[in-house]
Amino acid sequence: MTPRRQRLLLVVGILAGTAIGAAFALRAFSGDILYYYTPSKVFAKHIPDGRVFRLGGLVEKGSVKRESGTLTVRFVITDNHRTIPVVFTGVLPALFRPGQGVIASGHLDSGGMFVANKVLAKHDAKYMPLKIYNKKHGTDYTRPGGMNRGGVRGGA
Amino acid sequence: MAPELGQFSLLLALVLAGVMAFSGIVGPWRRNPHLIALVRPSAYALFLVTAIAFACLTWSFVTTDLTVRYVVENSNAAIPLIYKFTGVWGAHSGSMLLWILMISVWGAAVAFFSRRLPADFSARVLGVMGMIGLGFLVYSAWLANPFTRVLPPPQSGADLNPILQSPFLAAHPPMLYMGYVGLSVAFAFSAAALIGGRMDTAWARWTRPWVLVAWMFLTVGITVGSFWAYFELGWGGWWFWDPVENASFMPWLVATALIHSLIVTEKRGAFKGWTALLALLGFSLSLLGTFLVRSGVLVSAHAFAVDPRRGIYVLAILAIAVGAGLALYAWRAPRLAGGGGFSLFSRETAILTMNSILVVACAAVLLGTIFPLFYDVLGLGRISVGPPYFNRVFIPLMVPLFLLVGIGPAIRWRRGDGREAWRRIRIPLGLSLILGIVLAVVAWRGVPPVALAGVTLSAWVIFSAVNEPLRRALRAPAGQWGRFSRGAWGMGLAHFGAGILILGVTLSSTMSSFLDVSLKPGQTASVGGYRFSMLGERAVRGPNYMGEQGIIRISHEERVVATLRPESRVYKGGLPSSESAISWKPTRDLYVAMGRATGGGAWSLRLQVRPFVRFIWYGGGLIALGGLLALTDPRYRRRREVRLGQGVVVGTTG
Repeated sequence: MTPRRQRLLLVVGILAGTAIGAAFALRAFSGDILYYYTPSKVFAKHIPDGRVFRLGGLVEKGSVKRESGTLTVRFVITDNHRTIPVVFTGVLPALFRPGQGVIASGHLDSGGMFVANKVLAKHDAKYMPLKIYNKKHGTDYTRPGGMNRGGVRGGA
Repeated sequence: MAPELGQFSLLLALVLAGVMAFSGIVGPWRRNPHLIALVRPSAYALFLVTAIAFACLTWSFVTTDLTVRYVVENSNAAIPLIYKFTGVWGAHSGSMLLWILMISVWGAAVAFFSRRLPADFSARVLGVMGMIGLGFLVYSAWLANPFTRVLPPPQSGADLNPILQSPFLAAHPPMLYMGYVGLSVAFAFSAAALIGGRMDTAWARWTRPWVLVAWMFLTVGITVGSFWAYFELGWGGWWFWDPVENASFMPWLVATALIHSLIVTEKRGAFKGWTALLALLGFSLSLLGTFLVRSGVLVSAHAFAVDPRRGIYVLAILAIAVGAGLALYAWRAPRLAGGGGFSLFSRETAILTMNSILVVACAAVLLGTIFPLFYDVLGLGRISVGPPYFNRVFIPLMVPLFLLVGIGPAIRWRRGDGREAWRRIRIPLGLSLILGIVLAVVAWRGVPPVALAGVTLSAWVIFSAVNEPLRRALRAPAGQWGRFSRGAWGMGLAHFGAGILILGVTLSSTMSSFLDVSLKPGQTASVGGYRFSMLGERAVRGPNYMGEQGIIRISHEERVVATLRPESRVYKGGLPSSESAISWKPTRDLYVAMGRATGGGAWSLRLQVRPFVRFIWYGGGLIALGGLLALTDPRYRRRREVRLGQGVVVGTTG
């Protein structure tokens, strides 16, 4: 095979591969894009019930209520402007706690409640709880006090 | 004292990288032997001072020097010693320093092992590596300096992110970075060959071991990372198509393609331009990964810092490296004469096809990874592309790839012989088809067809990987197995590992079962034929955490198989973490993760039974071992000696 035909083959191969890949990609994309909204956006957009999307914001302090002895948890996601009540049944991520940024995937029911099937706790962009603590409390690099913050039982 | 020494070393390293880059590029260009002679010593010196800087940061961690901001933010006196070492690369600035250390290690290694290569060529290679090092050293010294002081020092440091306090994470970043940065050697070799306008089979032979080593580290790094995510992060998932994972996977896909196309370039002198392009792309994707992970542009489970200047700077390095590489390629590649011709049915075609599939797969992953970025930049809203996309695009592409894995090595170079190829593949093909049919009929009625297809495919890959060495071994006279080259043994082992990997992925994703429950002491739940009984809980206390430990007994058919103790911990810095507990055999994992108290003395638990999940990591390990075996092939050393007229064959025992 001459170099020219070899190159032609290469080009044809790449084009065919790209075309097949693009076809798969487009087909897959149509169903797999999840929009990400904050509570304010949800109110502005009027998303139809049942449409799956991701809701992001902070877990409102004092809003976390557990149905005792079950895995069902109710809490409120806020962007400090609007709020949306959320219900979730399952094991929450370890980092989940009031005031924490979370992303929940799910849909709205007819009553305006967000039914989540997955909840992710957002890691802080940079891991430095001490600094965040300092910023919040105006202190300067001392040990943050409570081991029992965030409603987590500290044990002995 | 250590931080000052570190700071000084970092700045000295910056100067040395500058010297290395300047003398390596300008020396050969101006044909100045004095400059060329400067390149190698500066590469050694760069390694030395970077190692000193890294040791200084490590020392600051070990002694918990609270005058160093980076230590304050990521460590404290109570952390166990091993995590003081790993804490060095637990966050942004330190991991950049690790990156720089790696590039200096690779630079020194290239300087040492390239002494017999043409002086201008090795100078250019080191010059390109010096430029890359310089780019990151400026970044580290200017935007992410790990030695910045805090005065007056605080009384105590924060904490290392609890999920990073795991022995596997001690190994994961260094391995991955060795691989990432190792691809810069391939990049430099390719750039140097393009600058010099000479790319021949000798070039491919010099490049191959370097790519192989980098690829091996990348393989091990990804495998260890996946295992770490499995028990530490993901409640039992082993791959999430997270942007950070994709960032390491894309260079791996291209490096895998590169390893194969280098074989063609070495043996047949063909695909020169393609090989050069892949070598440039591999490291470009490493840089892209660095940008994605470091800039914080993507919402990811483990993205680090958000400082816009940092993102822009890494983007600038990326643009310069990729732009310069591709410009060089466009300018010089047409000069690379094509190698020997080949017919449509030949090993060359098979490798070209598998290369195309890998590159298309990489492009699909890239599309899904950066699509949300474009969407956001264009103001269309914030979106995410989830695992369904990746699975639907990636898996169909892997099927033809793994069919080829068995066929390719059976076809001759240049002009394939259909009958001979058939003779070589018919036994593994027949065996895997029979296995598939038997399973379909007898054992697994009601099992999804996907699982059946996956098992048949993995059987095909495994049988065909074993077939060739076995065939030759049976034919060879006793005691002469060694005549089958180590490269070929390595290939067999790596392909065998790929088969094991597919088997693990197929079986664990189709046969696993899990259950989220809330259990009180005394209560029991059944998952996948196993009974999980919560016996009780007790408080535990570690050096830098406190927590609750659940005691869960697992029984199968009235027989106790394991007692697991998962923990729910709260670390000194205030962050909670869940420590899962696993009982494993090679063929199945029983996995318990403990969440929160749900009230009334009950705890939320995730119970899982995952058959064959370990095959995934065994497969990854075997693939890397295959690379190691191929690397020991003596001919990488022997032929070079002969070529340079040494006349003495050395290093045949490798």
